[in-house]
Amino acid sequence: MMLLHDVLQWLIGPFQEFSFMRRALVATLALSFSSAPLGVLLTLRRMSLFGDALSHAVLPGVAAGFIFFGLSLPALSIGGFIAGVIVVTLAGLVSRHTELKEDASLAAVYVVALALGVILISGHGTQLDLLHILFGNVLGVDTQGLLLVAGVSSLSVVLIAALYRGLLLESFDPSFLAASGGRGTLYQQLFLMLVVMNLVASFQTLGTLMAVGLMMLPAVSSRLWHDSLPAQLLNSALQAALAGYAGLMFSYYASVPSGPVIIVCAGGLYFLSLMFAPRGWLPRLLRRPHLRA
Amino acid sequence: MKLLRQCLLAAAVLWSQAASAAGVDQRLPVVASFSILGDIVANVGGDRVAVVSLVGPDQDAHVFEPAPDHIKMVARAKLVVVNGLGFEGWMERVVQAAGYRGEIVVASNGIAVRDRVEQEHGGEAEHHGKNDPHAWQNPANVVVYTRNIIAGLSRLDPAGAAIYQRNGDAYITKLNALDAWAMQQFAQFPDAKRKVITSHDAFEYFGAHFHVKFLAAQGVSTDSEPSAKDVADLIRQIRKEKIRAIFMENMSNPKLLQQISEEAGVSLGVKLYADALSQADGPAPTYLRLMRYNIEQILAQLKLN
Repeated sequence: MMLLHDVLQWLIGPFQEFSFMRRALVATLALSFSSAPLGVLLTLRRMSLFGDALSHAVLPGVAAGFIFFGLSLPALSIGGFIAGVIVVTLAGLVSRHTELKEDASLAAVYVVALALGVILISGHGTQLDLLHILFGNVLGVDTQGLLLVAGVSSLSVVLIAALYRGLLLESFDPSFLAASGGRGTLYQQLFLMLVVMNLVASFQTLGTLMAVGLMMLPAVSSRLWHDSLPAQLLNSALQAALAGYAGLMFSYYASVPSGPVIIVCAGGLYFLSLMFAPRGWLPRLLRRPHLRA
Repeated sequence: MKLLRQCLLAAAVLWSQAASAAGVDQRLPVVASFSILGDIVANVGGDRVAVVSLVGPDQDAHVFEPAPDHIKMVARAKLVVVNGLGFEGWMERVVQAAGYRGEIVVASNGIAVRDRVEQEHGGEAEHHGKNDPHAWQNPANVVVYTRNIIAGLSRLDPAGAAIYQRNGDAYITKLNALDAWAMQQFAQFPDAKRKVITSHDAFEYFGAHFHVKFLAAQGVSTDSEPSAKDVADLIRQIRKEKIRAIFMENMSNPKLLQQISEEAGVSLGVKLYADALSQADGPAPTYLRLMRYNIEQILAQLKLN
């Protein structure tokens, strides 16, 4: 009985004592339930490096927000969101109407956006590292940031559910959707906008590493576990939540920086998935003799 | 060549900000190592000297990289004034490079030296020795600084000795007034309430003189990314020691600091000026204004709680 109490205390004590721990946990969980499923859909489209690219692509918008409205966080993140949407829209248009694939056109557009951002910033002679100011830390989530992440996450979950069929068809077989009179471009744009919204909100509250890491790592490892997409979506959200909680515990008891250790936990789950998941290495190794026989 | 020299000279005059109606040629060129010292020298020297500070306002003397211009200033100087106590580790190289052979006045000569507080700090390698060089944070030490500077200027320019003495005495009167005012202000609070957390280790002399306890912020003081344990420890420390205010600057994430102060229930102070004056339009353009500003900020935080 005593032992059980101690274990329970060890597991939830930090969150009882400190509100910054509670906020960090809630923000991480909210992000897990929207970002990770979006990540699964991104991997389906072979756009796993999208998040990384976007963290640079927001720069011109952030710079414009700073130039027109000064150093205000909402202006910086709205600017970043608009820049992100413009970049993915352009990249999407290019891939629809030319031979280029989505990832290639995105790679082209985002470096141009990054360069424009650098020019904008230097043209206005500020020494400030704007992205550094925009990008947050999971331990410093304030009420405003928490509401932002929770709002974006709720909206995303609802929209994913509502658009599920279209998103699915559009991801697997865009030409079929177009041939059957579906509005493929619309679904594609809505989906990418959701991704941009999630990423910008979590850049601002949690920082780039966590935003991109929690979106992609659980998504990639969840694909090793299941054949069906709904199961993958659920699995990715659970893995992200587990990594978030475990990472915060590590950070609290072992004194390591929170954002990185959360991602390392997600990485650990990825390793375990690689080893033991049905589509991983070990099961494949064990199946092989049967095939030979 | 002559034109170039004149241009450089003109630039030096502009830089000094001390250009007054008096002709440039007649004033003694003096180089002070950093802005606070430059202000003290200017107060003692008055119209008779043209002071240039190598490390200017809002610049950090710990990471100062001498540029060719700085070497030229020292080469032209008749007198160099430094703080000493290992504050200007780069000064020896500058003096050598400039071929300066005049006197170097060590302003802190004769003060009661305090050891630096032991702190785990990333950038501590910049300092040499275990003396704390930030002696000017105590106005009583600056009285000693002023006397050293009076003596140094008088040796160089005996004709002006009486003037330096008079200027210096007037300045010392102001320093003593500041000191008395600050003492009186701090006396409003019992010693136990005068606790402040700071990320800066520059306030050892200030704390000892005015009986304000400056505690080092654990863990989160540097620019590196903090862990949840660091943040939790800091909040516990603030609660346990009943600290009234925190003053921290070099935190990479201002939102994080905001959260910490909110959760621990203390107010977050503004930037304190430790090693350099502010620009002329800032809150701390002279040493006297700097001290008054820092003291007022700390008092305001203590009053809030």
